[in-house]
Amino acid sequence: MKVLVAVKRVVDYNVKIRVKADGSGVELANVKMSMNPFDEIGVEEAVRLKEAGKATEVVAISVGPAQAQETIRTALAMGADRGILIKSDSYVEPLGIAKILKGVIEAEKPDLVILGKQAIDDDCNQTGQMLSALLGWAQATFASKLEIDGAEATVTREIDGGLQTIKVKMPLIMTTDLRLNQPRYASLPNIMKAKKKPLEEKTPADYGADVTPRLKVVNTAEPPKRQAGVKVKSVPELVSKLKEAGVI
Amino acid sequence: MTAMAREPYADIRDAVAKLCVQFSGEYWRDLDRRMAYPSAFVQALTQAGYLSILIPEEYGGAGLPLSAAAAVLEEVQRSGCNGGACHAQIYTMGTILRHGADEQKRRFLPEIASGRLRLQAFGVTEPSSGTDTSALKTTAQRDGDHFIVNGQKIWTSRAEHSDLMLLLARTTPQADGMKRSDGLSVLIVDMRDAIGHGLALRPIRTMMNHATTEVFFDELRVPAENLIGEEGKGFRYILSGMNAERILIAAECVGDAKWFIDKATLYAKDRHVFGRPIGQNQGIQFPIARAYANMRAAELMVREALGLYEAGGNPGPEANMAKMLAADASFEAANACIQTHGGFGFAEEYDVERKFRETRLYQVAPISTNMILSYLAEHVLGLPRSY
Repeated sequence: MKVLVAVKRVVDYNVKIRVKADGSGVELANVKMSMNPFDEIGVEEAVRLKEAGKATEVVAISVGPAQAQETIRTALAMGADRGILIKSDSYVEPLGIAKILKGVIEAEKPDLVILGKQAIDDDCNQTGQMLSALLGWAQATFASKLEIDGAEATVTREIDGGLQTIKVKMPLIMTTDLRLNQPRYASLPNIMKAKKKPLEEKTPADYGADVTPRLKVVNTAEPPKRQAGVKVKSVPELVSKLKEAGVI
Repeated sequence: MTAMAREPYADIRDAVAKLCVQFSGEYWRDLDRRMAYPSAFVQALTQAGYLSILIPEEYGGAGLPLSAAAAVLEEVQRSGCNGGACHAQIYTMGTILRHGADEQKRRFLPEIASGRLRLQAFGVTEPSSGTDTSALKTTAQRDGDHFIVNGQKIWTSRAEHSDLMLLLARTTPQADGMKRSDGLSVLIVDMRDAIGHGLALRPIRTMMNHATTEVFFDELRVPAENLIGEEGKGFRYILSGMNAERILIAAECVGDAKWFIDKATLYAKDRHVFGRPIGQNQGIQFPIARAYANMRAAELMVREALGLYEAGGNPGPEANMAKMLAADASFEAANACIQTHGGFGFAEEYDVERKFRETRLYQVAPISTNMILSYLAEHVLGLPRSY
């Protein structure tokens, strides 16, 4: 079984993001970038499938600028076998990404494609679902558990207020949720090995994908600042304030 | 392009930072209270391969240059962790690598690389000789195929958490006309067999959580096959490893300085007094800005020393200057950081006071600042020896 994992280069989750002065987006200059955490979970799951003898090859794919190579190298250091960077210096919308991935899948013929349920930069939560629709493959989103048995997979999904277990046919598009696994950190020998693993470079045109944007960002704004609270001296005062506010 | 983007070990730094995130301030504070060794942290670094980074690939290490090790240690400190518990596992083996026999390398290095053998204790300093190393009094007398060791060492760090100790002892008594640095030899002591059979360790409680000990030798028998290189030439073997040690410790100090500067800057932005951030006051800004400038200067000297070392030199002046400047920079940053935090700087939960105590050590260890100045005065400026 061949597994394809999509990895996206995003602003590191520890960075306090700032909106650009002209409101056209967020400041990316000199900001630490890392792999989208949900994609890290995806790589981990794929590597575990390989270690369990179920997957034969794990291919990491990224769409992005030249620096997205580093993100692919991180996936290779975690245990992916090779990488493909589809170079694009401009923002590609989820539908564009899904079209590129469809092209990659037709060329690579994987049995399982794992994506993060969303990227922590734009929080779209669309690419996996769109990809499944374009291909006509089964989809299992927000996965917290995956078991593959031949031509079928059993996936536990995190839904509002509980868990749902579904049985789907392979090939499968799966998107990861936080509790699927705890991703490993790469060891030094594996970081060194990753430098020698093959990394191909392609363009969206190589897959015949139309990535023309369909949306226009009108404005980006910071959330309003939190207002200072009120200090109370005693419990009765607290209760009366809460009554005033109509919450009790 | 920023300096960060040119950094050749960005991938290794990222991976180290990721590992360190799991060992938060709470982890270190708890160990501090109990004066306990950070076993889980050391285990994680060992398993991820960072402590064997300098061991050649043929012996199971990563075979990377000194600057890679410097990047790892800097990142550990920058993340708020403390590499002092295990940094010696990275470089102590250098003496075996450079001066050991092939048989010794094959016997020890792969085991050290895997972490099955810990070699991070270095028995040099003695209570009566301090930095005057060649005056040391511990003796190792040849008796057939063994050496019999008698004497005492002090400030032998991590000895309780090491399997092997690299020991410097006098094998030929000092005689008239003999150079003081002659007659010393390096032995590998397997402490696993030796404790209770002529070797005793006594922990010393210190200002910070740094597992250091006194070591007592009483008729300890060490197999003669554990002698490194030639008998009597040990002092030179030890000296050759010291520049690497100094450069790595300088890199740790740069990491500490970055941690303090980040921490101080963040606090100065967030802490509001009199209706505005305290960082708006030049009295707060300037010490942090100056600490930053001095950290950057020290970082450049570390780079200079690394460059010369990796070009095959043994850059005594640069290694010493890097260590002095970086230790000064880290302590200046520590001081600015604790001052910026005011009373909160003294509260354990901010980690500032802990790091402050930890980084203060490097003004003294592994070599005191005054000895570096004496070295520069004598060997670089050609002034008369002062001691």
